[in-house]
Amino acid sequence: MAAVTETLDTVQSVTQSGYKWGFETAIEMDFAPKGLNEDIIRLISARKEEPEWMLDWRLKSYAAWLTMEEPRWARVDHPPIGYQDLHYYAAPKKKAGPKSLDEVDPELLKMYEKLGIPLKERAILAGVDPDTVENTQIAVDAVFDSVSVATTFQATLRKAGVIFCPISEAVREHPELVKQYLGTVVPTADNFFAALNSAVFTDGSFVYIPKGVRCPMELSTYFRINARNTGQFERTLIIAAEGAHVSYLEGCTAPQRDENQLHAAVVELVALDDATIKYSTVQNWYPGDANGKGGIYNFVTKRGACRGARSKISWTQVETGSAITWKYPSCVLLGEDSVGEFYSVAVTNNHQQADTGTKMIHVGKGSRSTIVSKGISAGHSNNTYRGLVRMLPGAANARNHTQCDSLLIGDQSGAHTVPYIESRNLTAKVEHEATTSKIADDQLFYCRQRGLSEEDAVGLIVNGFCKDVLKELPMEFAVEAQKLLAVSLEGSVG
Amino acid sequence: MLDIRGLTASIGDKPILKGIDLTVPAGEVHAIMGPNGSGKSTLGYVLSGREDYTVTGGSAMFNDADILAMAPEQRAAAGLFLAFQAPIELPGVNNANFLRTALNAIRRAHGEPELDAVQFLKLARAETKRLAMPDDMLKRNVNVGFSGGEKKRNEVLQMAILRPKLAILDETDSGLDIDALKIVADGVNALRGPDFSALVITHHQRLLDHLVPNRVHVLAHGRIVRTGGPELAKELEKSGYAGLIAEAA
Amino acid sequence: MSTGATGFLQRYEDAVGRLPGDSALRAAAAAAFREAGLPGGTQGRRIEAWKYTSLRPVAEANFQVSPRHEAETLLSGLTLLDAPRVVFVDGVLRGDLSVLPAVSIARFADQPDFGTLTWPDREPMVALNTMLATDGVALNVPAGVDGGIVQLVSLSGGQGDFHPRHGIRLGKGASLTVVEVAAGQGAYLLNTVAEIHVAEGAHLTHIRLQDEATTAFHVSTTYADVQAGGTYDSFTLNLGGRLSRTEVHTQLSGPNATAHLNAAQILAGSQHADFTTVVSHAAPSCSSRQTVKNVLGGRSRGVFQGKIAVARHAQKTDGYQMNQALLLSPDAEVDSKPELEIFADDVKCSHGATVGELDAEQMFYLRSRGIPDAEAKSILVRAFLAEALDAVANETIRGLLETAVEQWWERQKA
Ligand SMILES: Nc1ncnc2c1ncn2[C@@H]1O[C@H](COP(=O)(O)OP(=O)(O)O)[C@@H](O)[C@H]1O
Ligand SMILES: [Mg+2]
Repeated sequence: MAAVTETLDTVQSVTQSGYKWGFETAIEMDFAPKGLNEDIIRLISARKEEPEWMLDWRLKSYAAWLTMEEPRWARVDHPPIGYQDLHYYAAPKKKAGPKSLDEVDPELLKMYEKLGIPLKERAILAGVDPDTVENTQIAVDAVFDSVSVATTFQATLRKAGVIFCPISEAVREHPELVKQYLGTVVPTADNFFAALNSAVFTDGSFVYIPKGVRCPMELSTYFRINARNTGQFERTLIIAAEGAHVSYLEGCTAPQRDENQLHAAVVELVALDDATIKYSTVQNWYPGDANGKGGIYNFVTKRGACRGARSKISWTQVETGSAITWKYPSCVLLGEDSVGEFYSVAVTNNHQQADTGTKMIHVGKGSRSTIVSKGISAGHSNNTYRGLVRMLPGAANARNHTQCDSLLIGDQSGAHTVPYIESRNLTAKVEHEATTSKIADDQLFYCRQRGLSEEDAVGLIVNGFCKDVLKELPMEFAVEAQKLLAVSLEGSVG
Repeated sequence: MLDIRGLTASIGDKPILKGIDLTVPAGEVHAIMGPNGSGKSTLGYVLSGREDYTVTGGSAMFNDADILAMAPEQRAAAGLFLAFQAPIELPGVNNANFLRTALNAIRRAHGEPELDAVQFLKLARAETKRLAMPDDMLKRNVNVGFSGGEKKRNEVLQMAILRPKLAILDETDSGLDIDALKIVADGVNALRGPDFSALVITHHQRLLDHLVPNRVHVLAHGRIVRTGGPELAKELEKSGYAGLIAEAA
Repeated sequence: MSTGATGFLQRYEDAVGRLPGDSALRAAAAAAFREAGLPGGTQGRRIEAWKYTSLRPVAEANFQVSPRHEAETLLSGLTLLDAPRVVFVDGVLRGDLSVLPAVSIARFADQPDFGTLTWPDREPMVALNTMLATDGVALNVPAGVDGGIVQLVSLSGGQGDFHPRHGIRLGKGASLTVVEVAAGQGAYLLNTVAEIHVAEGAHLTHIRLQDEATTAFHVSTTYADVQAGGTYDSFTLNLGGRLSRTEVHTQLSGPNATAHLNAAQILAGSQHADFTTVVSHAAPSCSSRQTVKNVLGGRSRGVFQGKIAVARHAQKTDGYQMNQALLLSPDAEVDSKPELEIFADDVKCSHGATVGELDAEQMFYLRSRGIPDAEAKSILVRAFLAEALDAVANETIRGLLETAVEQWWERQKA
């Protein structure tokens, strides 16, 4: 209740329209020269002070990438990307890596403050219930262009046995864990963008929750693209050992620019027996202007492996940003009775294009998956749900339920649904439902008769439409997400 | 309060209202009766500004303002409330949320401070209690999964919270049991005062027993064919509309 | 005779000049086919429209002109309606076996009109047909006329490949019921293309019963264009064939047009059947309905791909699609891709899909009443199919289809 009403206040207080996160931060940067070749990869590896094996891994990925082609099956359209025209490394200039927050460039701290990201170590009172304060603490890893600038609450987490650090640090400090898991969920040559990421990834988060540990707070990474002509290639690896529990949040913004910027991340999750990983994203990269100029190309590979019995991976995403979104957070359900979930809201407006969905690959007996996707298309945008549910021969008694709803606002946008359902086990059950509709005139009239403006009425009805997904988000994120929905749809009615 | 002159309106090319003259002075409750399809709901929709209805002539002044020129939400802010004959479902939209958003929109329009969540809940709970409605009414999604009677009661709850100056109740009593009927009547009576008027569309004398209207109008074929005191409703209850309409034709 | 795409192309080269009809169209089709090849016939290129079906076995087969077979015996073994029939043997119209209908009929060979509706450059098998077609039937029902029922019977044998080309034209307000029956013996390929024009207010009922030899290949592509207020009401029952692909493209071109694309596929052994449809809503206020059922035993594989496409101006579209699969065996496989592509906002479009086995509780209930396992299964399967079959309004025709299902069921027991 509190979250929801607070949201409405905030929605109403958002008076200025457009993208609020589009400012640029003037920071002295250290760039790699433009272009991609083995030397650049060696340079990235050297800057990160990586061991030899990591460099080899990158070079192999690069060799694979050279033989691959950009995927063309998605319903997205863009001019050719000049891969040789990007900086593959950009980092704020610094002396040594910041050991504590006091060493972080004050300009950077100011920027994160402006974005509302709590880098200061203090409890964040988001809820009203003081008993839950402990749980509403959030540890943050902030990634600025190519590097992690700060990770908070490290000490508290270390006490619980949790490792939460930039992946570049993990490569140095926990090589055995990284070696064991990196690239095992998303192989280096999985697809064009994953291969590219494997070659040039610069930073991202690493999380390891040991056996039986319930992570004492929400973990979160905040991604910010700031520099011009740079790609962001972060890599996240989360491992939940037997019986471990973790909730991880991810947020992203970028300055407002006329050029398109590439973001090609890879996220790998591994859940062992009885482990649970909840991964929530509020994606708000700069979407481009009203005429479709500029904006981020968000080409992301996210996959989780439920390796253990009764393990569970739950993806929740609210996608409002990016000029193009190409993203299918997936679950490979290997363990017996393992559970995969995908809850998604994707909003496109103006000239945005989104092709997003999930894959649920059922391998293990009794594995279950749930897919709830809500797509909202406004303006001249195109919004596609693309999803695969595959029941392999061993997936006895496996279950899937999919609900896929699209809402069209205005008559210049497109809403598309492309599910693939494949079953090779007779005891497996799949149910899929999809609908497409618009906001009914009588619903709008009803709200307006009660005094709501048309825009508020649309916001309210859209939030209602997305409720089944929004309720899956941690409360702080739900508030943020609801605001975003309203802001993203500004100017789409009337 | 409300002054309608020569109002004509159509849906598409089909004329529905064919010249309505109706004045409801401040502080009065008027009943509108009439056979199915005569245009009663249409009158309510036209006054509240539903889009598929085109006003083709006449005027409607509400406290000296031309309401026909206003957007639906402006009419609501001016104090007009329509209890829908068939209330609309809003999946996923929480009832309390909806009401608070509406109430604050109207307060904003009047330059009044908005209510925060706590203030609002206090007010809403008081009203649900007064109307003998279960508290969980506020938690549920607007009209979703409500029974017919619950939907009607929800309309009355909304009216009680939004405190309009003019309430149009479109068959809010239809399909209600005797207790619920009393709730509707209490809802209206509670608002009664020198600054409140109501247009009550109904088929039943029973509601009028509780409300005691100042005037009763009979609408047939898009025109008001007869106006009288409360006794007219009783007469209609006995003799039906047929005679009246034939007489008017 | 050589095999694969080159074999077909060679045959075209040999016959070019002797083929009836527009030679430019044939040449363009040949060029398209040369470019595309048989779907799945060559390694590498993946065509989304053929995601779940590969014609590699067709590419590898060695088709050859076969000796004349006893078509009469095949024909007498078929259950047909007491209605006019046009019989094709190995793709060639056989007047002696036919009972010609009252409606105007012409042979493709005499009056070859290649259609405006087909897309040989998009559909390789249509290119192949366009390149090699020599016979087929053109049915024309004049405005306002009820053409009754016409059966189109195809009997094939040996190891030949046949490419019949049909055209059906209904004038304004006309009506017609076409019942296509395909059967045969051998390892042949039947690759039919039909072009259908349904004018304003006309009504075509199109029933397809595919009961080919389980060693045969069956490919059938239909294009239907439906004008304002017209109806294309089709039902496909796929029982036979080693590998079959039924592809239907329906375009609703005028307001208030209607399409029903219902189907059932019942497979056993190592059969593979693919039912692929596209309904294009190109005008406002049209409606489309689809119920598609797959019943899959043995090591069979059933495929359904169904796309509802709604153009920008096709407001008030009402599109619905239901697709259900029942797996009867641990080795059966189903692949389903229901798809919505929507560019208009004021529409009501939805689809649903389910995959599963027979309901264990229902089975138990029947068996607890003394019904043996196999019979209980058959009762529940028929109940499952009924929902699709019920869409066939004509009782006699529905009876014919039910009989075919019944016979199929008997054959499995044997
Ligand atoms: N959306 C509509 N389109 C066409 N006619 C309508 C529509 N809504 C109502 N009508 C017609 O308008 C007339 C008046 O309807 P209504 O105002 O609902 O009557 P009442 O409320 O008195 O029963 C009826 O004849 C009804 O059929
Ligand atoms: Mg009415």
